[in-house]
Amino acid sequence: MANLKDLKNRIESVKSTRKITKAMQMVAAAKLRRAQEAAEMARPYAERMAAVMGGLAQSVGDSDSAPKLLAGTGSDQTHLIVVLSSERGLAGGFNSSIVKLARARIEKLLAAGKTVKILTVGKKGREQLRRDHSDRFVKHFDMSDVKRVGYVNAREIAQDILSRFGDGEFDVATMYFNTFQNVVTQIPTETQIIPAVFEGEADTTVYDYEPGEGEILADLLPRGVATQLFTALLENGASEQGARMSAMDNATRNAGEMIDKLTIVYNRSRQAVITNELIEIISGAEAL
Amino acid sequence: MADSLQFELVSPERLLASVAATAVRIPGAEGDLTAMPLHAPTITTLRPGILSVDSAEGTEEFVVTGGFAEITAETCSVLAESAVKRADATAEFLEGALEQARAAQDGAEGAAADVANKLVADLEAINATA
Repeated sequence: MANLKDLKNRIESVKSTRKITKAMQMVAAAKLRRAQEAAEMARPYAERMAAVMGGLAQSVGDSDSAPKLLAGTGSDQTHLIVVLSSERGLAGGFNSSIVKLARARIEKLLAAGKTVKILTVGKKGREQLRRDHSDRFVKHFDMSDVKRVGYVNAREIAQDILSRFGDGEFDVATMYFNTFQNVVTQIPTETQIIPAVFEGEADTTVYDYEPGEGEILADLLPRGVATQLFTALLENGASEQGARMSAMDNATRNAGEMIDKLTIVYNRSRQAVITNELIEIISGAEAL
Repeated sequence: MADSLQFELVSPERLLASVAATAVRIPGAEGDLTAMPLHAPTITTLRPGILSVDSAEGTEEFVVTGGFAEITAETCSVLAESAVKRADATAEFLEGALEQARAAQDGAEGAAADVANKLVADLEAINATA
Protein backbone atom coordinates (compact mmCIF):
# COMPACT_ATOMS: atom_id res chain seq x y z
CA MET A 1 0.00 0.00 0.00
CA ALA A 2 1.36 3.37 -1.06
CA ASN A 3 2.50 5.60 1.71
CA LEU A 4 -0.12 8.20 2.71
CA LYS A 5 2.41 11.00 2.81
CA ASP A 6 3.67 10.21 -0.70
CA LEU A 7 0.14 10.20 -2.06
CA LYS A 8 -0.57 13.53 -0.48
CA ASN A 9 2.57 15.07 -1.98
CA ARG A 10 1.68 13.67 -5.35
CA ILE A 11 -1.79 15.20 -5.22
CA GLU A 12 -0.34 18.58 -4.25
CA SER A 13 2.11 18.51 -7.11
CA VAL A 14 -0.56 17.62 -9.67
CA LYS A 15 -2.71 20.40 -8.27
CA SER A 16 0.00 22.99 -8.82
CA THR A 17 0.56 21.68 -12.33
CA ARG A 18 -3.12 22.14 -12.98
CA LYS A 19 -2.94 25.71 -11.77
CA ILE A 20 -0.13 26.45 -14.17
CA THR A 21 -1.80 24.86 -17.18
CA LYS A 22 -5.04 26.63 -16.34
CA ALA A 23 -3.23 29.97 -16.18
CA MET A 24 -1.46 29.28 -19.47
CA GLN A 25 -4.76 28.41 -21.06
CA MET A 26 -6.29 31.69 -19.97
CA VAL A 27 -3.30 33.70 -21.13
CA ALA A 28 -3.44 31.95 -24.50
CA ALA A 29 -7.15 32.70 -24.76
CA ALA A 30 -6.56 36.40 -24.19
CA LYS A 31 -3.66 36.48 -26.64
CA LEU A 32 -5.65 34.51 -29.17
CA ARG A 33 -8.33 37.15 -29.28
CA ARG A 34 -5.77 39.84 -29.97
CA ALA A 35 -4.00 37.73 -32.57
CA GLN A 36 -7.27 37.02 -34.34
CA GLU A 37 -8.15 40.71 -34.39
CA ALA A 38 -4.76 41.54 -35.85
CA ALA A 39 -5.20 38.88 -38.52
CA GLU A 40 -8.62 40.21 -39.40
CA MET A 41 -7.44 43.81 -39.62
CA ALA A 42 -4.68 42.85 -41.99
CA ARG A 43 -7.04 41.04 -44.32
CA PRO A 44 -8.34 44.02 -46.39
CA TYR A 45 -4.83 45.05 -47.37
CA ALA A 46 -3.75 41.56 -48.34
CA GLU A 47 -6.90 40.94 -50.36
CA ARG A 48 -6.69 44.20 -52.29
CA MET A 49 -3.02 43.66 -52.90
CA ALA A 50 -3.60 40.17 -54.27
CA ALA A 51 -6.48 41.38 -56.46
CA VAL A 52 -4.53 44.25 -58.01
CA MET A 53 -1.41 42.17 -58.50
CA GLY A 54 -3.46 39.37 -60.00
CA GLY A 55 -4.90 41.79 -62.54
CA LEU A 56 -1.50 43.22 -63.35
CA ALA A 57 0.13 39.84 -63.57
CA GLN A 58 -2.42 38.73 -66.12
CA SER A 59 -1.76 41.65 -68.41
CA VAL A 60 2.03 41.57 -68.06
CA GLY A 61 2.59 37.91 -67.30
CA ASP A 62 3.01 36.55 -70.80
CA SER A 63 5.41 39.13 -72.11
CA ASP A 64 9.17 38.55 -72.03
CA SER A 65 9.72 41.64 -69.93
CA ALA A 66 7.88 40.15 -66.96
CA PRO A 67 9.95 40.58 -63.81
CA LYS A 68 11.77 37.56 -62.46
CA LEU A 69 9.75 37.64 -59.26
CA LEU A 70 6.73 36.79 -61.36
CA ALA A 71 8.13 34.72 -64.19
CA GLY A 72 10.78 32.87 -62.18
CA THR A 73 14.40 32.37 -63.13
CA GLY A 74 13.57 29.70 -65.65
CA SER A 75 15.03 27.00 -63.45
CA ASP A 76 13.87 25.17 -60.35
CA GLN A 77 17.16 23.71 -59.21
CA THR A 78 17.57 25.51 -55.90
CA HIS A 79 14.70 25.76 -53.45
CA LEU A 80 14.42 28.00 -50.44
CA ILE A 81 12.19 26.60 -47.73
CA VAL A 82 10.90 29.25 -45.35
CA VAL A 83 9.68 27.69 -42.12
CA LEU A 84 7.61 29.88 -39.83
CA SER A 85 7.25 28.46 -36.33
CA SER A 86 6.83 29.68 -32.78
CA GLU A 87 9.39 30.77 -30.22
CA ARG A 88 7.82 28.79 -27.43
CA GLY A 89 6.73 25.23 -26.96
CA LEU A 90 3.79 23.73 -25.08
CA ALA A 91 1.51 24.39 -27.99
CA GLY A 92 0.45 20.85 -28.81
CA GLY A 93 1.30 19.77 -32.33
CA PHE A 94 1.66 23.31 -33.62
CA ASN A 95 5.34 23.25 -34.52
CA SER A 96 5.55 19.56 -35.33
CA SER A 97 2.83 19.81 -37.95
CA ILE A 98 4.62 22.63 -39.78
CA VAL A 99 7.95 20.87 -39.59
CA LYS A 100 6.42 17.59 -40.74
CA LEU A 101 5.04 19.22 -43.87
CA ALA A 102 8.28 21.07 -44.57
CA ARG A 103 10.38 17.98 -43.99
CA ALA A 104 8.29 15.88 -46.36
CA ARG A 105 8.84 18.54 -49.02
CA ILE A 106 12.56 18.81 -48.34
CA GLU A 107 13.01 15.06 -48.62
CA LYS A 108 11.06 14.97 -51.85
CA LEU A 109 13.18 17.76 -53.31
CA LEU A 110 16.41 16.11 -52.22
CA ALA A 111 15.31 12.81 -53.71
CA ALA A 112 14.69 14.65 -56.97
CA GLY A 113 18.28 15.91 -56.86
CA LYS A 114 17.47 19.54 -56.07
CA THR A 115 19.42 21.81 -53.78
CA VAL A 116 17.55 22.87 -50.67
CA LYS A 117 18.22 25.89 -48.49
CA ILE A 118 16.30 26.57 -45.32
CA LEU A 119 15.38 29.85 -43.70
CA THR A 120 13.71 29.64 -40.31
CA VAL A 121 11.65 32.08 -38.32
CA GLY A 122 11.06 31.08 -34.71
CA LYS A 123 13.37 28.77 -32.83
CA LYS A 124 11.10 25.77 -32.36
CA GLY A 125 11.04 24.90 -36.03
CA ARG A 126 14.78 25.35 -36.23
CA GLU A 127 15.38 23.00 -33.32
CA GLN A 128 13.30 20.28 -34.93
CA LEU A 129 14.94 20.62 -38.33
CA ARG A 130 18.46 20.84 -36.95
CA ARG A 131 18.76 17.08 -36.49
CA ASP A 132 18.68 16.25 -40.19
CA HIS A 133 19.20 19.47 -42.05
CA SER A 134 21.45 21.73 -40.01
CA ASP A 135 23.90 22.09 -42.91
CA ARG A 136 21.17 23.57 -45.09
CA PHE A 137 20.30 26.53 -42.87
CA VAL A 138 21.05 29.87 -44.47
CA LYS A 139 19.45 32.29 -42.04
CA HIS A 140 17.42 32.42 -38.87
CA PHE A 141 15.13 35.17 -37.63
CA ASP A 142 14.67 35.34 -33.91
CA MET A 143 11.25 36.62 -32.99
CA SER A 144 11.53 36.17 -29.23
CA ASP A 145 11.96 39.91 -28.66
CA VAL A 146 8.94 40.73 -30.77
CA LYS A 147 5.91 41.25 -28.57
CA ARG A 148 3.52 42.01 -31.33
CA VAL A 149 4.21 41.02 -34.91
CA GLY A 150 4.27 44.13 -37.06
CA TYR A 151 4.59 44.76 -40.75
CA VAL A 152 8.19 45.87 -40.14
CA ASN A 153 9.10 42.33 -39.06
CA ALA A 154 7.61 40.89 -42.21
CA ARG A 155 9.38 43.49 -44.32
CA GLU A 156 12.72 42.70 -42.74
CA ILE A 157 12.34 39.01 -43.55
CA ALA A 158 11.06 39.80 -47.03
CA GLN A 159 14.04 42.06 -47.73
CA ASP A 160 16.43 39.32 -46.74
CA ILE A 161 14.66 36.81 -48.97
CA LEU A 162 14.49 39.26 -51.86
CA SER A 163 18.15 40.16 -51.69
CA ARG A 164 19.02 36.48 -51.69
CA PHE A 165 16.81 36.06 -54.74
CA GLY A 166 18.48 39.08 -56.34
CA ASP A 167 21.88 37.44 -55.77
CA GLY A 168 20.63 34.29 -57.45
CA GLU A 169 20.89 32.16 -54.34
CA PHE A 170 17.68 30.27 -55.11
CA ASP A 171 15.03 29.85 -57.79
CA VAL A 172 11.88 28.97 -55.91
CA ALA A 173 10.81 29.98 -52.41
CA THR A 174 8.08 28.22 -50.51
CA MET A 175 6.90 29.06 -47.03
CA TYR A 176 5.36 26.86 -44.37
CA PHE A 177 3.01 28.02 -41.66
CA ASN A 178 -0.26 27.13 -39.95
CA THR A 179 -3.50 28.63 -41.15
CA PHE A 180 -5.89 29.39 -38.35
CA GLN A 181 -9.18 27.58 -38.84
CA ASN A 182 -10.52 27.61 -35.31
CA VAL A 183 -9.25 26.95 -31.82
CA VAL A 184 -8.95 23.20 -32.31
CA THR A 185 -7.96 23.15 -35.98
CA GLN A 186 -4.89 24.69 -37.51
CA ILE A 187 -4.03 23.67 -41.00
CA PRO A 188 -0.35 23.37 -41.96
CA THR A 189 -0.06 25.24 -45.23
CA GLU A 190 2.56 25.57 -47.93
CA THR A 191 2.58 28.64 -50.14
CA GLN A 192 4.92 29.44 -52.97
CA ILE A 193 6.02 33.05 -52.63
CA ILE A 194 8.66 33.29 -55.36
CA PRO A 195 7.87 33.23 -58.23
CA ALA A 196 4.50 34.68 -57.31
CA VAL A 197 1.38 32.70 -58.08
CA PHE A 198 -2.07 34.17 -58.32
CA GLU A 199 -5.34 32.41 -58.41
CA GLY A 200 -6.61 34.77 -61.04
CA GLU A 201 -10.24 35.63 -61.17
CA ALA A 202 -10.30 37.95 -64.14
CA ASP A 203 -10.84 41.56 -63.21
CA THR A 204 -12.77 43.10 -66.09
CA THR A 205 -12.04 46.74 -65.25
CA VAL A 206 -9.52 48.29 -67.60
CA TYR A 207 -7.24 50.58 -65.65
CA ASP A 208 -4.97 53.42 -66.59
CA TYR A 209 -1.58 52.74 -65.11
CA GLU A 210 0.66 55.46 -63.79
CA PRO A 211 3.57 54.87 -64.33
CA GLY A 212 3.38 51.86 -66.69
CA GLU A 213 2.11 48.39 -65.80
CA GLY A 214 5.60 46.98 -65.71
CA GLU A 215 6.91 49.59 -63.29
CA ILE A 216 3.95 49.23 -60.98
CA LEU A 217 4.32 45.48 -60.97
CA ALA A 218 8.03 45.75 -60.25
CA ASP A 219 7.18 48.02 -57.33
CA LEU A 220 4.37 45.83 -56.05
CA LEU A 221 5.92 42.37 -56.26
CA PRO A 222 8.40 42.92 -53.42
CA ARG A 223 5.62 44.45 -51.37
CA GLY A 224 3.50 41.43 -52.23
CA VAL A 225 6.14 39.11 -50.77
CA ALA A 226 6.22 41.17 -47.58
CA THR A 227 2.44 41.17 -47.40
CA GLN A 228 2.25 37.42 -47.85
CA LEU A 229 4.81 36.94 -45.12
CA PHE A 230 2.97 39.32 -42.85
CA THR A 231 -0.32 37.49 -43.38
CA ALA A 232 1.40 34.18 -42.71
CA LEU A 233 3.01 35.50 -39.54
CA LEU A 234 -0.32 36.70 -38.25
CA GLU A 235 -2.08 33.46 -39.15
CA ASN A 236 0.72 31.62 -37.44
CA GLY A 237 0.40 33.80 -34.35
CA ALA A 238 -3.30 33.11 -34.04
CA SER A 239 -2.75 29.41 -34.70
CA GLU A 240 -0.04 29.20 -32.05
CA GLN A 241 -2.27 30.68 -29.39
CA GLY A 242 -5.18 28.51 -30.49
CA ALA A 243 -3.06 25.37 -30.37
CA ARG A 244 -1.64 26.30 -26.99
CA MET A 245 -5.08 27.03 -25.64
CA SER A 246 -6.50 23.66 -26.61
CA ALA A 247 -3.34 21.84 -25.50
CA MET A 248 -3.48 23.52 -22.11
CA ASP A 249 -7.20 22.88 -21.84
CA ASN A 250 -6.54 19.18 -22.32
CA ALA A 251 -3.70 19.27 -19.83
CA THR A 252 -5.91 20.96 -17.25
CA ARG A 253 -8.61 18.38 -17.74
CA ASN A 254 -6.14 15.50 -17.47
CA ALA A 255 -4.69 16.94 -14.30
CA GLY A 256 -8.21 17.16 -12.85
CA GLU A 257 -8.87 13.50 -13.66
CA MET A 258 -5.57 12.50 -12.15
CA ILE A 259 -6.34 14.40 -8.95
CA ASP A 260 -9.72 12.64 -8.68
CA LYS A 261 -8.11 9.23 -9.10
CA LEU A 262 -5.34 9.95 -6.65
CA THR A 263 -7.83 11.30 -4.11
CA ILE A 264 -9.81 8.06 -4.26
CA VAL A 265 -6.66 6.00 -3.71
CA TYR A 266 -5.66 8.35 -0.90
CA ASN A 267 -9.04 8.01 0.85
CA ARG A 268 -9.06 4.23 0.48
CA SER A 269 -5.65 3.84 1.98
CA ARG A 270 -6.54 6.22 4.78
CA GLN A 271 -9.58 4.08 5.59
CA ALA A 272 -7.46 0.96 5.45
CA VAL A 273 -5.03 2.46 7.93
CA ILE A 274 -7.88 3.36 10.34
CA THR A 275 -9.47 -0.07 10.01
CA ASN A 276 -6.12 -1.65 10.72
CA GLU A 277 -5.62 0.43 13.83
CA LEU A 278 -9.13 -0.42 15.07
CA ILE A 279 -8.56 -4.11 14.56
CA GLU A 280 -5.35 -3.86 16.52
CA ILE A 281 -7.06 -2.04 19.43
CA ILE A 282 -10.04 -4.40 19.50
CA SER A 283 -7.97 -7.54 19.36
CA GLY A 284 -5.71 -6.09 22.03
CA ALA A 285 -8.73 -5.46 24.28
CA GLU A 286 -10.11 -8.95 23.61
CA ALA A 287 -6.82 -10.56 24.56
CA LEU A 288 -6.99 -9.13 28.06
CA MET B 1 -25.37 59.51 -60.74
CA ALA B 2 -22.84 59.18 -58.05
CA ASP B 3 -21.86 62.27 -56.12
CA SER B 4 -19.43 60.54 -53.82
CA LEU B 5 -16.91 57.76 -53.98
CA GLN B 6 -16.14 55.18 -51.34
CA PHE B 7 -12.70 56.04 -50.03
CA GLU B 8 -10.64 53.48 -48.14
CA LEU B 9 -7.20 53.92 -46.68
CA VAL B 10 -5.60 50.62 -45.74
CA SER B 11 -2.25 49.93 -44.18
CA PRO B 12 -0.91 46.39 -43.78
CA GLU B 13 -1.90 46.42 -40.15
CA ARG B 14 -5.37 47.90 -40.30
CA LEU B 15 -8.07 49.84 -42.09
CA LEU B 16 -7.48 53.50 -41.26
CA ALA B 17 -10.40 55.18 -42.89
CA SER B 18 -13.49 54.27 -44.83
CA VAL B 19 -15.73 57.18 -45.77
CA ALA B 20 -17.89 58.43 -48.62
CA ALA B 21 -15.65 61.14 -50.07
CA THR B 22 -16.31 63.82 -52.63
CA ALA B 23 -12.67 64.28 -53.57
CA VAL B 24 -9.38 62.62 -52.68
CA ARG B 25 -6.03 64.24 -53.39
CA ILE B 26 -3.36 61.60 -53.87
CA PRO B 27 0.40 62.11 -54.05
CA GLY B 28 0.96 59.95 -57.12
CA ALA B 29 4.40 58.85 -58.25
CA GLU B 30 4.11 60.97 -61.39
CA GLY B 31 2.46 63.96 -59.76
CA ASP B 32 -0.47 64.68 -57.51
CA LEU B 33 -3.92 63.80 -58.69
CA THR B 34 -7.41 64.32 -57.39
CA ALA B 35 -9.85 61.47 -57.58
CA MET B 36 -13.49 62.50 -57.84
CA PRO B 37 -16.58 60.44 -58.57
CA LEU B 38 -16.60 58.95 -62.09
CA HIS B 39 -12.83 59.17 -62.37
CA ALA B 40 -11.43 56.89 -65.04
CA PRO B 41 -10.18 53.60 -63.54
CA THR B 42 -6.56 54.21 -62.62
CA ILE B 43 -3.86 52.50 -60.65
CA THR B 44 -0.94 54.61 -59.55
CA THR B 45 1.94 54.14 -57.17
CA LEU B 46 2.42 56.66 -54.38
CA ARG B 47 5.31 58.82 -53.40
CA PRO B 48 5.59 59.81 -49.75
CA GLY B 49 3.35 62.78 -49.16
CA ILE B 50 0.11 64.09 -47.83
CA LEU B 51 -3.17 62.59 -48.85
CA SER B 52 -6.28 64.63 -48.20
CA VAL B 53 -9.88 63.52 -48.28
CA ASP B 54 -12.93 65.76 -48.62
CA SER B 55 -16.09 64.27 -47.23
CA ALA B 56 -19.34 65.41 -45.60
CA GLU B 57 -17.48 65.58 -42.29
CA GLY B 58 -14.83 67.96 -43.59
CA THR B 59 -11.30 67.44 -44.79
CA GLU B 60 -9.00 64.84 -43.33
CA GLU B 61 -5.31 64.59 -44.01
CA PHE B 62 -2.97 61.63 -43.80
CA VAL B 63 0.75 61.24 -44.20
CA VAL B 64 1.43 58.22 -46.39
CA THR B 65 4.62 56.57 -47.54
CA GLY B 66 4.83 54.01 -50.30
CA GLY B 67 2.10 51.87 -51.74
CA PHE B 68 -0.47 52.42 -54.44
CA ALA B 69 -3.94 53.75 -55.10
CA GLU B 70 -6.68 52.06 -57.03
CA ILE B 71 -9.32 54.42 -58.40
CA THR B 72 -12.55 53.41 -60.08
CA ALA B 73 -15.72 55.38 -60.82
CA GLU B 74 -17.22 54.62 -57.40
CA THR B 75 -14.28 53.70 -55.21
CA CYS B 76 -10.84 54.91 -54.28
CA SER B 77 -8.69 52.53 -52.27
CA VAL B 78 -5.29 53.59 -51.10
CA LEU B 79 -2.96 50.85 -49.94
CA ALA B 80 -0.14 52.55 -48.15
CA GLU B 81 2.87 50.81 -46.66
CA SER B 82 2.58 53.16 -43.71
CA ALA B 83 -0.04 55.79 -43.04
CA VAL B 84 -0.89 58.04 -40.12
CA LYS B 85 -3.25 60.94 -39.59
CA ARG B 86 -1.64 64.29 -40.23
CA ALA B 87 -2.38 65.34 -36.65
CA ASP B 88 -0.67 62.21 -35.29
CA ALA B 89 2.35 62.56 -37.55
CA THR B 90 4.57 64.17 -34.99
CA ALA B 91 7.97 65.54 -35.76
CA GLU B 92 9.32 62.41 -34.10
CA PHE B 93 7.55 60.11 -36.52
CA LEU B 94 8.79 62.07 -39.50
CA GLU B 95 12.30 62.20 -38.11
CA GLY B 96 12.23 58.43 -37.73
CA ALA B 97 11.06 57.94 -41.30
CA LEU B 98 13.61 60.42 -42.54
CA GLU B 99 16.39 58.71 -40.67
CA GLN B 100 15.47 55.38 -42.23
CA ALA B 101 15.37 56.98 -45.66
CA ARG B 102 18.78 58.57 -45.15
CA ALA B 103 20.22 55.25 -44.01
CA ALA B 104 18.88 53.67 -47.19
CA GLN B 105 20.31 56.56 -49.19
CA ASP B 106 23.80 55.97 -47.83
CA GLY B 107 24.12 52.38 -48.95
CA ALA B 108 22.27 52.67 -52.23
CA GLU B 109 23.70 52.71 -55.73
CA GLY B 110 22.27 53.37 -59.16
CA ALA B 111 18.51 53.24 -59.51
CA ALA B 112 18.06 52.39 -55.84
CA ALA B 113 19.94 55.57 -54.93
CA ASP B 114 17.59 57.64 -57.08
CA VAL B 115 14.63 56.17 -55.26
CA ALA B 116 16.24 56.80 -51.88
CA ASN B 117 17.18 60.37 -52.80
CA LYS B 118 13.64 61.07 -53.89
CA LEU B 119 12.27 59.62 -50.66
CA VAL B 120 14.55 61.80 -48.56
CA ALA B 121 13.60 64.90 -50.56
CA ASP B 122 9.89 64.10 -50.23
CA LEU B 123 10.14 63.52 -46.52
CA GLU B 124 12.09 66.71 -46.03
CA ALA B 125 9.36 68.57 -47.87
CA ILE B 126 6.70 67.08 -45.61
CA ASN B 127 8.78 67.85 -42.59
CA ALA B 128 9.08 71.48 -43.64
CA THR B 129 5.32 71.90 -43.99
CA ALA B 130 4.38 69.97 -40.86
